[in-house]
Amino acid sequence: MVDAENLNIKELVVLSGKGGTGKTSFSASFAALADHMVLADCDVDAADLHLVTSPHIVQSHEFFAGKEAIVDRFRCDGCGLCAEACRFEAFEALDDGTYTIRPIHCEGCGVCVRLCPEQAIRFEDRNCGRWMISDTRFGPMVHARLHAAGENSGKLVTLVRKEARRLAVEQQRDLILVDGPPGIGCPVISSVTGATAVLLVTEPSVSGVHDLKRVVSLANSFDVKVFVCVNKADIDMRMTESIRRQVIEQGNHFVGTVPYDEQMVQAQLHALSAIEYIKGETRDRIETIWENIWTAM
Amino acid sequence: MKVAIASGKGGTGKTFVTVNLARSHMHPLVVLDCDVEEPNSNLFLTGELVARHRYSIMVPQVDESACTGCRICADVCEFNAIAVIAGKPLVFEDLCHACGGCAVFCPQEAMTEVPHEIGTITIRQAGTVRLVEGLLDVGKALAVPLVRAVKNYEKSTEGKTILLDAPPGTSCPMVWTIGDCDAVVLVAEPTAFGLHDLQLAVDTVREVGIPFGVVINKDGLGDARVADYCQEAGIPILGKIPHDRQIAQAYANGDMVVDSLPQYRQLFTRLWTSIEHLVFSKGGSHG
Amino acid sequence: MKVAFTAAGDTLDSAFDSRFGRAEKFIIYDMENGTFTVIDNGQNFQAAQGAGIQSAQHVVASGAQALVTGHLGPKAAKVIFAAGIAAYHADAKTVGEAVSMYKSKALKPLRDADVEGHWV
Repeated sequence: MVDAENLNIKELVVLSGKGGTGKTSFSASFAALADHMVLADCDVDAADLHLVTSPHIVQSHEFFAGKEAIVDRFRCDGCGLCAEACRFEAFEALDDGTYTIRPIHCEGCGVCVRLCPEQAIRFEDRNCGRWMISDTRFGPMVHARLHAAGENSGKLVTLVRKEARRLAVEQQRDLILVDGPPGIGCPVISSVTGATAVLLVTEPSVSGVHDLKRVVSLANSFDVKVFVCVNKADIDMRMTESIRRQVIEQGNHFVGTVPYDEQMVQAQLHALSAIEYIKGETRDRIETIWENIWTAM
Repeated sequence: MKVAIASGKGGTGKTFVTVNLARSHMHPLVVLDCDVEEPNSNLFLTGELVARHRYSIMVPQVDESACTGCRICADVCEFNAIAVIAGKPLVFEDLCHACGGCAVFCPQEAMTEVPHEIGTITIRQAGTVRLVEGLLDVGKALAVPLVRAVKNYEKSTEGKTILLDAPPGTSCPMVWTIGDCDAVVLVAEPTAFGLHDLQLAVDTVREVGIPFGVVINKDGLGDARVADYCQEAGIPILGKIPHDRQIAQAYANGDMVVDSLPQYRQLFTRLWTSIEHLVFSKGGSHG
Repeated sequence: MKVAFTAAGDTLDSAFDSRFGRAEKFIIYDMENGTFTVIDNGQNFQAAQGAGIQSAQHVVASGAQALVTGHLGPKAAKVIFAAGIAAYHADAKTVGEAVSMYKSKALKPLRDADVEGHWV
């Protein structure tokens, strides 16, 4: 039974637009700093959070999304209607005159299935990967792994977040920390829908700023608070300052900067979050960012 | 020769390798920026605008005078893009995958397909480099059709050198980008995350069955785990780009490293040689 | 007349859900006799895409002539308005509270989608 408590749980989604800005290092650090949180790895295409949280898997489930068409070669008479109708170049003619479907090209639209006069094409649920619930030293974690070219990671993102919310309600945890997917496409939209706030981790580079603009415009179209922080800020202090000004001008929250620090990489090589591994300024800066976010949420 | 530059996730230096390879090539070549959610090559390969056009997919439109409200269109749509309300089909263009199913199966032939814009294709000429870039509109979910359109821009690839900047990750847009390439260059950082993401990318490229090799970016930053893995798995290391703050700064400014730091020019020339070797001797790691 | 409310549970004490497409349940309240039925919207969590559209179709099928929710996306709004259902915005804690607000005509009509659309 879901009650009013459910709606008081805060959910922070950490995003970056482009990859490599340190998004996952920040997510792991916040997991170490926050009390009573549930961790959700929604960067399902390149899930890395488990490398620094060392999860102990408690539950593992198969994940199905969408459909895929499969040709029964014994029933196929090679008429080719399927290949003609397919908009996704998924059919390949074989030497014996029958057809086969390249699974990574199949969009799962079912047109061929309905069209085949011999009813030689089956339509099956597509196994796209696995999702897991694990214990970590920070609290429970929900994560997933998609197969190569696994489809519909937007649906998997929704599923991971829903399971994280269920755990948060069950165990009375007041925060869901989501390590979000890269880009601005379907998985990102799925990860932001209905969240409390978004943290955009960027860096002072022309591509970082370019991608930031796109993610900010996406995040602002949702009913969420938008926080921005700059990692590797001292690579270009002038650009960092211009990012800060822009963020504030657009009415979003600028929550801090972290200097370029190779210790960030050392932390992940040691399978630890930055907060656990690093001493000194970088650590303090991450802690300040977290405090700013938590207070504003 | 068609070579895709890819990586298990973003931020490993994929675009950095693509644009510097392009700049250091001796002959004219084409760069296809297939990273349609975040195309960044144009920030480095700046040049004259040659052409720009909007790209559309074909989505259904209902001829209400012919429609009998039979609901077959909504039933055949696997993407919930059609709802029949009060006897009339409503079409949701943003959910449509442009499969054409509703038009095929409508018994009244009341569905026609009309263009629906999802992004922009821009062609630029930057010196000897022709850059074709796809940019998905914010909020559109279908990257693959746009990737296909960018790739189809170069209809005749005979005798040309083409570099493709692939979308990060291992999902459909990346697979569509690398499909039919002669080789894939995987860019990886020598870190724990870097190795894990590289392994996912290797699994994907093997499944597609294309020769590939690895470029280690920021060599010296982490440890030897990526190089060790490549050696054990029999994957050729095509080149190593040293971890150098000067490179990061040049890149952050939008500068081309082969222009601003001449000591690295040779590195990219040698990388071309390794790539050519990979393509022509099929000496890389196969599926 | 019947009115649909987005709910996080089965009773009038349940939290009023401000989301439409991803609401767990719909409480269909009969204004004439004060009774209600519950529709499970859970299926939509599984929908690959188009959850709002499916939810809207549930509401249409329930025979409700009005809908009270927090936010309505453009796709769901298109379905709701095509079916001639009036939509209202409420900022209520519980479903019961939203029902009273509706009865006292304290709710603002939603004439258009008030949130951006999204996928999945």
